[in-house]
Amino acid sequence: MFAPIIPRKVTLAALCVSAMLPLSAVQAQEATELQVTYDGQFQPGELRAPAGKPIVIRVKNNSGKAMEFESHSLKVEKVVSAKGEAVVNVRAQKPGRHEFFDDFNDKARGTLVVE
Amino acid sequence: MLAALIIVFREVFEAGLIIGIVLAVTRTVPNRSRWIAGGVLAGVVGACLVAAFAGVLSQLFEGMGQELFNAAILGVAVVMLTWHNVWMARHGKEMAVELRAVGEAVASGSKSLFALAVVVGLAVLREGSEVVLFLYGVAASDGGSAIGLLLGGLAGLALGGAVCLLTYFGLLRIPPRALFATTTVLITLLAAGMAAQAVAFLARANWFTSLDTVAWDTGWLLSEDSILGRALHTLIGYTDQPTEMQLVIYAAVVVITFALMRLIGPRRSRHAVVAP
Repeated sequence: MFAPIIPRKVTLAALCVSAMLPLSAVQAQEATELQVTYDGQFQPGELRAPAGKPIVIRVKNNSGKAMEFESHSLKVEKVVSAKGEAVVNVRAQKPGRHEFFDDFNDKARGTLVVE
Repeated sequence: MLAALIIVFREVFEAGLIIGIVLAVTRTVPNRSRWIAGGVLAGVVGACLVAAFAGVLSQLFEGMGQELFNAAILGVAVVMLTWHNVWMARHGKEMAVELRAVGEAVASGSKSLFALAVVVGLAVLREGSEVVLFLYGVAASDGGSAIGLLLGGLAGLALGGAVCLLTYFGLLRIPPRALFATTTVLITLLAAGMAAQAVAFLARANWFTSLDTVAWDTGWLLSEDSILGRALHTLIGYTDQPTEMQLVIYAAVVVITFALMRLIGPRRSRHAVVAP
């Protein structure tokens, strides 16, 4: 009597999960990986990435203070603890220039060029 | 010093707005100061803890701990705000107008206060942890500039407090008859905005990337980084480049809130739903 109810729920859940999973798997495959280190300034000061692909930025903070990697136009902000590392995911972008900075130190700025 | 002031003010601005709204919403509830002060205090303690363990938190979930933590905090706040709205739709009338047994009013008032105190605590925790990290970094660095930066930071905190008071007294200028309806709408949009922010965090963590296309860009009209843009970002969840999923979730929270208020709201007669 209850049998038809449960499989239906299970199918529904499976559908929802399968609808979400392939997307993230595809994204993880194609992403462009970039690396930037921070020690009061960003090194390198300019990053380059192709348009239309998700971007993964690995931020390594070599300074003794926490910093916040932030970009308004890329819609990312992430605290990186002192001597710590963080991964910032950026969704696929159109060609353009994006400024990023340390939210705790407005003198430290860099650019991501998407082309 | 000015840089420190701006950095700290930017972080406490959002918490200030939220506390101001909560103060206005609870203006008639007895003992509300104790609850809200408790929420702020818990938030500050939580912010220090989060700041202390920022490195550890960051490494969780394959480096996406911060994003998921923020999404979870926002999710809880959305539930609390929605619950408050629905609860007020059911009991607000009795509380505000009939004021039956005082004891009962206090008891029922504190139930709803708990939800709002949690919201206050979470807002302080979320914004505060960055302030703590920044000020700690300043204090840890040597040189005479540290004192100036600390003073700037304190001035920023004070300005955040001023935002809170301005919001509170601004809302109190609204006639009491209209205030209930106003705060209901405010809290609904606040919750919807937080839900949309949570979606953005989940997308950044690559946990929930469905409908991750930017629907439109209104950056030319109102930048999210202007003062007004920031205020609207906190208050109604304004973002200049919303994704489709953010719009869907935003609309869903608004619809669900009003549906729940209608369904659960009227206890006896339908007239009881109308705001006092």
